[in-house]
Amino acid sequence: MRWEWLPDYLPALAEGLLITLEVLVVSVVAGFALAIPLALAQVKGGYLARKLAGAYCSYIRGTPLLMQLYLLYYGIGSLFPLIPGARENLMWLIRLDAIYYVILAFTLSFAGYEAEIMRGAFLSVPGGELEAAEAMGMSPGLVLRRIWFPSAFLKVLPTLTGEVIGQLKSTPLAFTVPVQDLMGVAHKVMQDTYRIYEPLLFVALVYLALTYVIVQAFGRLERLVPQRRSV
Amino acid sequence: MKHFTKLVLGAALGAALAGATPAFADLKMGVAAEPYPPFTSKDASGKWVGWEIDFMNALCADIGEKCAVEEVAWDGIIPALQAKKFDAILSSMSITEERQKTIAFSNMYYNSLPVLIGPKGADKDISPAHLKGKNVGVQVSTIHAAYAKKYFEPAGAVIKTYETQDQVNADLAAGRLDYILADGVTLDDFLKSDQGGCCEQKGAVPYDEAIFGVGVGLGIRKEDTALQAKFNKGIADLAANGTFAKITEQWKLTGKLKLPGAK
Amino acid sequence: MHLFAAAVPLWTLLSWGDQGYGDELFWGACHTLEISIFGYALGLGLGLLGAVGKLSSAGLLAKGLNGYTTLFRALPEAILIMLLYYAGTDALNGLFALVGIGALQVSGMVAAIVVLGAVQGAYSTEVLRAAIMAVPKGQIEAAEALGMTRFLRFRRITLPAMLPNALPGLANLWLNITKDSALVSLVGFTELALATQQAAGVSKRYFVLYVTAQAIYLAISQTSIAGFGWAERRLRRGQRGPVAVP
Repeated sequence: MRWEWLPDYLPALAEGLLITLEVLVVSVVAGFALAIPLALAQVKGGYLARKLAGAYCSYIRGTPLLMQLYLLYYGIGSLFPLIPGARENLMWLIRLDAIYYVILAFTLSFAGYEAEIMRGAFLSVPGGELEAAEAMGMSPGLVLRRIWFPSAFLKVLPTLTGEVIGQLKSTPLAFTVPVQDLMGVAHKVMQDTYRIYEPLLFVALVYLALTYVIVQAFGRLERLVPQRRSV
Repeated sequence: MKHFTKLVLGAALGAALAGATPAFADLKMGVAAEPYPPFTSKDASGKWVGWEIDFMNALCADIGEKCAVEEVAWDGIIPALQAKKFDAILSSMSITEERQKTIAFSNMYYNSLPVLIGPKGADKDISPAHLKGKNVGVQVSTIHAAYAKKYFEPAGAVIKTYETQDQVNADLAAGRLDYILADGVTLDDFLKSDQGGCCEQKGAVPYDEAIFGVGVGLGIRKEDTALQAKFNKGIADLAANGTFAKITEQWKLTGKLKLPGAK
Repeated sequence: MHLFAAAVPLWTLLSWGDQGYGDELFWGACHTLEISIFGYALGLGLGLLGAVGKLSSAGLLAKGLNGYTTLFRALPEAILIMLLYYAGTDALNGLFALVGIGALQVSGMVAAIVVLGAVQGAYSTEVLRAAIMAVPKGQIEAAEALGMTRFLRFRRITLPAMLPNALPGLANLWLNITKDSALVSLVGFTELALATQQAAGVSKRYFVLYVTAQAIYLAISQTSIAGFGWAERRLRRGQRGPVAVP
C-alpha cells in the first residue's frame, strides 16, 4: 500500500466528490418528479398512456444503466455528424458537457425505478379517502395534491432510503464518459500512478461514508414525519 | 429439491475447473479489448487482426511458443499483468521511464510519431498557447494523456479523457472535441475512414522522450527476465530476417513505422 | 451526409458471419448468460451457507458474515467488481498454489463468475435468511419431535418451506445479476456490453448497435420475469391463500 499520491490529488478528489453529489441530488429530485406522472399514467391513464409508461419502466428496469448511458452519450453523439449543418447551427447542443448526459441518464433511470414504487403506493391509498375528497367538491388536481400524493408519499418514504442508496451506488458509472466525478478522478490517479488498489479503496471508503450519512439523514427525516402505524 | 445444494455447488465448482487452464499450455498476450487499428482490432468475424497480431504470430513462431490473445481493459492492463492474468502486454505500449518503475519491457518493436488532428480547415497552428480553451481528447493511461497534461493543460486547453481510442475518435467526429492527440498511425487509419472525413492531420508535436519513451515494447513482469531475453532474441531475429519489413509492407505502413534495426 | 451513403445497410451490420456483428452480439449475449447463471449459482451457494451460518451461530462467524453482507451491499458494484477482479485473481492464484494445484491461471470468465458470485452472495444471504426466518417454527418443531436430525430437518422441511418465500427476492437478484454482468466489461471481459462496444468502435454505428444490445438485455429480463412468475405459481401450489383472521 502506498498513499503518497493522496495529498496531491485531494483537491481534485474533493471536486470530484462535489460532482458525484450533484449528479446524485439532481437525478434523485428530478427523477422523483418524473416518476409521479409516470406512476399516475399507469394507475389512472388511458390505454396508450398506461402501455407507454409501463414499457418505459420495463425498459429502464430491464437493461443495464451502463448501456443506457452509452446509448445517450455515444449513441446520440454518433448521430450529430448526420445532421446537415449541425456544426454551424447546433454547436451549443454538440458541446453540451458530458455531465448533462450523465445527469439525464441517471434521472431517467431513477424515474423508471421510482415510478414502479409510486405506482404501488398510489394504488394502496384507500379508494374511500379519494371518494370522500371528491364528495367534498375537490377537483381531481386538488385531490391529488392534498390527499392522494401525500398519503402515497408517506408510504414510499421508508423505501426511499434504499432507492437513494441504490442510486448513489450507480454514480461511479459516470466515469465511463468523460466526466471527472469522484471515480473519474480516482481513475486519473490510477493512470498517473499505475496503482489500482489504493485509489479504488479510497473511493470505496468515501462511498461507505456517504451511505452512512444518507442512512442517518433519512432516518432523521422519517422520524420527523408522524406516522400512525396500524398493525 | 434435495439435490439443490449439491447442484449449486457442483455447478460452481465445474465452472471453476472448466475455466482454469494450466499456464504452461500457452503464452498469454494481454491485448486491450478495443479496436486500435491498424495494430490490434477485432474484425467482423470476431478474430483479432492487425500489424501487431501478425508480429505476435511471427515472434511466437520464432521463439517456439504457442501464443494466445487474452482480452483486458486498457486502463487496468498493468495491474492485470501483475495479477498474472497473462504473461505479456501486447498493446502498443510505449516503453517509458514512468512505466518502468512498475514493469519491465522487451526491446522496442516499433515506434511512430504522436500527432494532433482536428477538423479540416486552414488553422494548422498546434502550439500549446493556440490550444487555449480548446477541447483536446486523449485516451486514458497513454503517453498522449501524459503529454497533454504536461504541455496543453497548463496552457489552458481542456483535456477530455476517454476509456478507448475509438471513443475519442467518435467524439471528434461528433464535434465535441477540437483536437485529438494520439499515435499518428492509428489516427491515419481513422482519418481514412468514413467517420474521419471531418478531419485532418495538424502535425506532429515536439517529441519529448521523457514522456513518449523510446518506442513500443512488450510489457512483462519485472521478475520474468528469461521471458524478456527470449522476446529480445525473437525481435532481433525478426529484424535480421526481414519479417518486420514484410509485415509492415502487408499493412501498407512502410515508411510510417520506425522498426528495430533500422537507422 | 456522406456517412449515410457509405455506411453498410442495417441488415448487413447485424448479419451473421464475417460481414456483420450478429454473431458477435449473440456470443456476447451467451457469455452474459453464462457468467450470470454461474455467478448466480455461486451466489446462491454462498448465500445458503451465509444464511445458515448467520442463523445458527452468534459468535465470530456471525460477526464476520454480518461484515461481509453489510460491506458488499453498501459498496457500489462497479468499484467492488474492479477491486475483486484485480485483487481476487491474486487471491485465487494464491489459493490454488496453497492447495498444491500450482501454476493455474484463472481465466477471464472464471474471474467474472467469482466476482459476480461474491457480490451476489451478500444479497442472497439476506434474502435466504429472511425466507428461512419466515418458516413457521411449529413445522420445524414437529420435525424435531419426529426425531429428524438437524441436517435432515433442514433439507426436508426448512429448505422446501422457505423457497416460495425466497422466490420473489431471488427473482430480483437474478434480474440484478444479468444487469450487473455488464460491469465486467469495465475490466475487459467480452460479454454483451463489451462485444457491443467493440462492434460499435469498429463499425462506428454506435446508436444502432447500442439499441440492439439493449433489446437483447430487455428480452433476457422479460423472459426471466415470465419464467419466475411461472415458477412462483408452481411452488405456491397447495399453499393456502391469505387466511382471514376471525
